[in-house]
Amino acid sequence: MARIELRDVVKRYGAVEVLRDINLDITDGEFIVLVGPSGCGKSTLLRMIAGLEPITAGDFLIDGARMNDLRPRDRDIAMVFQSYALYPHMDVARNMGFSMEIRKDPTEERKNKVAQAAATLGLSALTDRLPKALSGGQRQRVAMGRAIIRDPRAFLFDEPLSNLDAALRVEMRLEIARLHQKLGATMIYVTHDQVEALTLADRIVVLNGGDIQQVGGPLDLYERPANKFVAQFIGSPTMNVVPVSGTEAGVTIANGKTIALPHLPDTQQAVEMGIRPEHLDVVDPGAGDLNAVADVVEHLGSDTNIYVKVDGVGPLMVRKHGNIPAKSGDRLGLRVRSEKVHIFAPDGTALRRAA
Amino acid sequence: MSVAARRHPALTIGKYAALAFYLAFALFPLYWLLKIAITPDALIYSEGTRLFPSAVSFDNFRTVVFQTDFLAYFGNSLTVSLATAAITTLIAAAAGYAFSRFDFMGKRIIIALMLITQMFPLLMIIAPIYRIVGQLGLLNSLTSLIIVYTAFNIPFATFLMQSFFDGIPKDLEEAAMMDGCSRFQALRKVVFPLTLPGLGATLGFVFTAAWSELLFALMLISKNDAMTFPVGLLTFVSKFSVDWGQMMAAGVLALIPSCLFFIFIQRYLVQGLTSGAVKG
Ligand SMILES: Nc1ncnc2c1ncn2[C@@H]1O[C@H](COP(=O)(O)OP(=O)(O)OP(=O)(O)O)[C@@H](O)[C@H]1O
Ligand SMILES: [Mg+2]
Repeated sequence: MARIELRDVVKRYGAVEVLRDINLDITDGEFIVLVGPSGCGKSTLLRMIAGLEPITAGDFLIDGARMNDLRPRDRDIAMVFQSYALYPHMDVARNMGFSMEIRKDPTEERKNKVAQAAATLGLSALTDRLPKALSGGQRQRVAMGRAIIRDPRAFLFDEPLSNLDAALRVEMRLEIARLHQKLGATMIYVTHDQVEALTLADRIVVLNGGDIQQVGGPLDLYERPANKFVAQFIGSPTMNVVPVSGTEAGVTIANGKTIALPHLPDTQQAVEMGIRPEHLDVVDPGAGDLNAVADVVEHLGSDTNIYVKVDGVGPLMVRKHGNIPAKSGDRLGLRVRSEKVHIFAPDGTALRRAA
Repeated sequence: MSVAARRHPALTIGKYAALAFYLAFALFPLYWLLKIAITPDALIYSEGTRLFPSAVSFDNFRTVVFQTDFLAYFGNSLTVSLATAAITTLIAAAAGYAFSRFDFMGKRIIIALMLITQMFPLLMIIAPIYRIVGQLGLLNSLTSLIIVYTAFNIPFATFLMQSFFDGIPKDLEEAAMMDGCSRFQALRKVVFPLTLPGLGATLGFVFTAAWSELLFALMLISKNDAMTFPVGLLTFVSKFSVDWGQMMAAGVLALIPSCLFFIFIQRYLVQGLTSGAVKG
């Protein structure tokens, strides 16, 4: 249905460059998630694709045709806004059918489609209500209904779930996943939420400060982050990063311990080492690579988070599956799973053997 | 029951006393207008400041309507006020929308200029306006009043409309455009219905302002058949006496259109039309 390409796309507001040289190829039916810290330009990128924001430079193509200068209505793309943006003076049915009303589709067809979409989204009983008489979750569904009724070439979502409570968010997340399976349409989805990104995406685009940091599948980003930013941004809890000095065979931590990294290249250049909390093993004091004292222990039932202070290094976090009988003040040893270690050059790029 | 009211009965009494006092204070002049209008001529001076007249008569109204030019003034005022309100609101709505939604060169300068026009006392520009209107050959015409009133009301009306447009989330228009509307269609189908309260308020404001304007009407109109109502009221003041009863009766009648107008638009003034559009 729609293959979307961005070629060297730039966005400037006056002298401020908000997005730089964005290159992205989205294949038909792909679910792309844009993540990044607040203000990195996710919404701006989405709005440029929608046609609500002019593209300063570069090309934007759908199925090979340049779309830069087309009006939103001519792009055949649907968007679900974070604020839902329901028309307050129209009831649910008219809100959902508005695009068909504008297209002057036959009334019968419109009614059928609205009824069908309302049934899919569990809104059948609410079609004659005004938006102000709906709960947040119901409004969200209406906003989705308005998008799916159009059968567009692509869907855009700008943090569609961020106004919902946790339980509803999980439910709607599944609904969106189901919707994608059913429609098979190209979807571009902006979120702050790691779990949404990792569960929904075919590929995740990590943005920071107007640049694409990395594009890849959820596991790619988790296992092979291209740089320190992605390493720390993807994955929860956040990856531990400690300063090291690189040697021929591996890296030396501040406590004098050297960790051999035969699988990694250019270890001499490493200035920092990253290790995820789940890749540190708890062992007897003195037996591991690091000696530490437990500071705070969080028992989550399925997992245990241990915030430790490592002698000569500083605070780190350890996450273990199951219940670890540790308590605050305990001394413990930590073993680094060296095959899971990431090392970073001074400019932050990850040092890795070409795959 | 509000929390404050439950807290202390004295507070409740005090609150209502204050409200009653304010109402009496605000409405007393209106009451006095009505009272004098229905007091028979003979009793106006003899009964002086009595709160209720001892006899009631509608002679003043009859005289005003059938024996003076009042109806003509009234018609003139209606024409001028309605035309001014309509034209001003139309222009102000367009300008307010532009100010609210677009960034264009010179926007700040135009806004500043519009503010500056509101700073001068009208008396200062009466003479130049008189000359301009005179040279255009529009003296003694209702058109001159419509033009002048429109010009003077546009800045404030524009700011008013802008604030109403600012209150309508941009997302709504963008959603409409994504749904296939052109900008104009989005304006007509989504923004316009939500701006009705703003249009109503602006219409009401401009109508009342034009309805009660005296200064320019007095300057630009000297012929009886083009006089508006506030000027016409002055004809009840003759060299030797003031016909209070008839003047007040005319005043009471003059209130009617304003009241009707506000009754008509008040449902559009009710706020909350946009609630539910976005997550509140
Ligand atoms: N009209 C504008 N003029 C100037 N700068 C703007 C304008 N609109 C947005 N920006 C800037 O562009 C940058 C990107 O904004 P954008 O809304 O795309 O961020 P975002 O990634 O969506 O953030 P969030 O996660 O908070 O929604 C921000 O730094 C913002 O300050
Ligand atoms: Mg955003």
